[in-house]
Amino acid sequence: MTLLAERQAVHEHPEHHEGPTGLLKWMTSTDHKVIGMNYIVTSLVMFFLAGIMALGIRYQLLSPTGGTSLGKLSNQQFNELFTMHGSLMLYLFAGPFAFGGLANFILPLQVGAPDMAFPRLNALSYWLYLGGSITMVLGFLSAGGAAAFGWVGYAPLSEATFSPGAGPDLWILAIGMTGFSAIFTGVNLVTTTFYLRAPGLTMFRLPLFTWAMLITAILILIAFPILTAAMVMLFADRHFGTHIYTVAGGGVPVLYQNLFWFFGHPEVYILALPYFGIVSEIIPVFSRKPLFGYKGMVFATMAIAALSTGVWAHHMFTTGTVLLPFFSLLSLLIAVPTGIKFFNWIGTMWRGQISFHVPMLFCVGFLFAFLMGGLTGIMLASPPIDFATHDTYFVVAHFHQVLFGTAVFAGFAGLYYWYPKFTGRMLREALGKWHFWLMFIGFWLTFMPQYYVGLEGMPRRVATYDPGLGWQSWNIASSVGALLIGVSFVFLLVNLWVSWRQPVKAGDNPWDGNTLEWFATSPPSHHNFERLPPVRSERPVWDFHHPDALSLQHGTNGNGNGTRRPVGVGTASDDTTS
Amino acid sequence: MTAPTTGSTGSGALRRHRGRLAVAVAVLLPVVLGGCQLPTFFGYRGSTSQAHDEFRLYAATFIAAIVVGVITATLILWSIIRYRRRSDAIPRQFQQHLGLELAYTIIPVVIVLVLFGFTVYTENIIDTVAPHPAAEINVKAFQWGWQFSYVGQKVSVEGETLNDPDPIGLNGAACAPTDDCLGPGLVVPAGRTVRIILTSRDTIHGFYVPAFNFSRYAQPGWTNRFDLTVQHAGIYRAQCTQFCGLYHSEMFFHVVALPMSQYQAWLSSQRSLTTAAARSGSGVSKPGTATTSPPREATA
Repeated sequence: MTLLAERQAVHEHPEHHEGPTGLLKWMTSTDHKVIGMNYIVTSLVMFFLAGIMALGIRYQLLSPTGGTSLGKLSNQQFNELFTMHGSLMLYLFAGPFAFGGLANFILPLQVGAPDMAFPRLNALSYWLYLGGSITMVLGFLSAGGAAAFGWVGYAPLSEATFSPGAGPDLWILAIGMTGFSAIFTGVNLVTTTFYLRAPGLTMFRLPLFTWAMLITAILILIAFPILTAAMVMLFADRHFGTHIYTVAGGGVPVLYQNLFWFFGHPEVYILALPYFGIVSEIIPVFSRKPLFGYKGMVFATMAIAALSTGVWAHHMFTTGTVLLPFFSLLSLLIAVPTGIKFFNWIGTMWRGQISFHVPMLFCVGFLFAFLMGGLTGIMLASPPIDFATHDTYFVVAHFHQVLFGTAVFAGFAGLYYWYPKFTGRMLREALGKWHFWLMFIGFWLTFMPQYYVGLEGMPRRVATYDPGLGWQSWNIASSVGALLIGVSFVFLLVNLWVSWRQPVKAGDNPWDGNTLEWFATSPPSHHNFERLPPVRSERPVWDFHHPDALSLQHGTNGNGNGTRRPVGVGTASDDTTS
Repeated sequence: MTAPTTGSTGSGALRRHRGRLAVAVAVLLPVVLGGCQLPTFFGYRGSTSQAHDEFRLYAATFIAAIVVGVITATLILWSIIRYRRRSDAIPRQFQQHLGLELAYTIIPVVIVLVLFGFTVYTENIIDTVAPHPAAEINVKAFQWGWQFSYVGQKVSVEGETLNDPDPIGLNGAACAPTDDCLGPGLVVPAGRTVRIILTSRDTIHGFYVPAFNFSRYAQPGWTNRFDLTVQHAGIYRAQCTQFCGLYHSEMFFHVVALPMSQYQAWLSSQRSLTTAAARSGSGVSKPGTATTSPPREATA
């Protein structure tokens, strides 16, 4: 499988890469590490903007009539806020942070490659993404305000009749641009994983994060073209009178929902699988054990991806236009591979030696958050229960627990885990623990009350609510929780600042890692590797540093079990390309 | 219940097995048969017969979710407490157990299939439409209000956002809490099956009555039909749930279930008001409506 012949020898490149420095480097580089950092910084800016919008939403919901005595938002402002909060979080943070940021930086390192397969396409991806991000946020500066029809932009509400103005157009354009950006990144990730693997790195020795990103990239290639097409048609409806989604011209409004969710549900897993991958990297390292059920994990990831393309209409159970049993069964079945993942993570920790550094803490936070979000997800996969809770805060709480669990808990686990590799510096443990505990408490305080008011019948996306139903105290609790989450991120910012001003050297392998990125220097040199260790399992760097650990082996993932030759110290150059 | 005794050597095990089965049945039977004896699990028991069926499914699923959640959370908690790092020793590097992995693949499949069975059973009941409903009501949603037209009765009620057309002369006094009476009222006979024929004039709206455990989209160019059998006379607050623009949060309505005789009386009083209004030539300003907004094009 591995294509030795296609690997470029590292020493063909000059030892010291001559190139621009400073701002020019960030703007012109095609190095996957520079582009990855660009992505991470941009997506974090989007995350903080969207988080501030969330605080605005929670401020408005402090009282039934909106806001406090200090003032309130108008309906239009509120609608713009929740629309842009959702859009920024989903289109511009959760996805790009994973497949543009972390994957861009880490995946080539994990497969032992010098760069992505198509470096210039990679740069184009980033610039399209940055352009799309700016375009979307610019909606706030337009005369009619930003888009205000929810992050799903259901037609006909998003048609020119009901949402005139430049804000919605900028929103559509931004999604088109970021859509193309995601497609290009998907192409790059797939090609890199298939063709640029190090010698010995067979598919079933790939790190789980790389597996997750490969499958995510394939999902991107399935889902994003549909979204982009749906947006082009919406734009044509708005400006050229094509009447694709409007009844007046013989169009079908529900077509938009079908197209959107055919993208939208794979998208949910595009936002989840990479983070599952991160968790599958971190838990083994901090438990000092190999991942339990490696192949089961890979097949579970594939199964989730496959099922996710056939469950889109569970967002449309109440439209009365979809075949309920089909979409219900497939949605329920997703619980099975997800459950396998859960038990594999538990099996990995079982009888390990778990050290609770900050990345591991965030992973444990993820496990609890995602467990709760997953269980309510199973409830919602049952159409009768969905009839009772659709478009209420029950659904809001559910998908926030899922997405916050993945993109935030697991996402920031990844940031804390790989930060030493990105920068060569450590983050402070104490500040990280403050971040975690405040966020963990804030998370439960924010979303558990939302389940309750949802079951009581509070609809989502309302700027005001009935004063007489006793919902206010629950909403206040939720808002306090959101504020706690906001405060917790101050600790992250302080942590980053401290590590910038008073660096603590990380070394190449601070966590005693398993995978190839921990063999590179921190930060990695221009073409990543001077040498590579022999790859004899899915944990080449662990094998290299613990040659004696083989005798402790109980079983392997099935690759050459019994025929594995011992990995001797000092044979690092034995199989390397340099 | 007396366990049959046998002379075989395996009788003890058999008896124990049956004992366990009996316990399981004793625990599950009330769940399956007597949904009303259950706690509400923060939801509504439901005020329509369809809602009762939904509630039973909801309660059973809730219990199953708690069981699965507690087991999984306990395993996680046990792992992170018991296997905290105690030494620098490298733990045993085991990484697979085929039997265990198969078990936690197959058992969830079984759980999911059981849940799916109950789901299909319940959704078929909820979605059944009666051949001869006691009343058929056309419900048209629009930005931002509702129009209720009674098929064959020449009665139509329309109201917007927070205005209350007060269709049955309640004057708010009968509303407890008063918030239940926001928006126009959908009057239905209690104890009878009512057909709702739902559509929209402009954007997508959500017909949602929390106490009925039910919602359905109102969509332009598409008609949804469903039945509601409200079991007791009363007033049930309701609201649009699908985001529909600027005044989405104020797009209320309420369902008023009246005994059949009162319902008939209300219909005829509305009819006479309508004809009186038509005779006096006052056009569309029917009493009991609040159509004061400028006319809106049904463009979509």
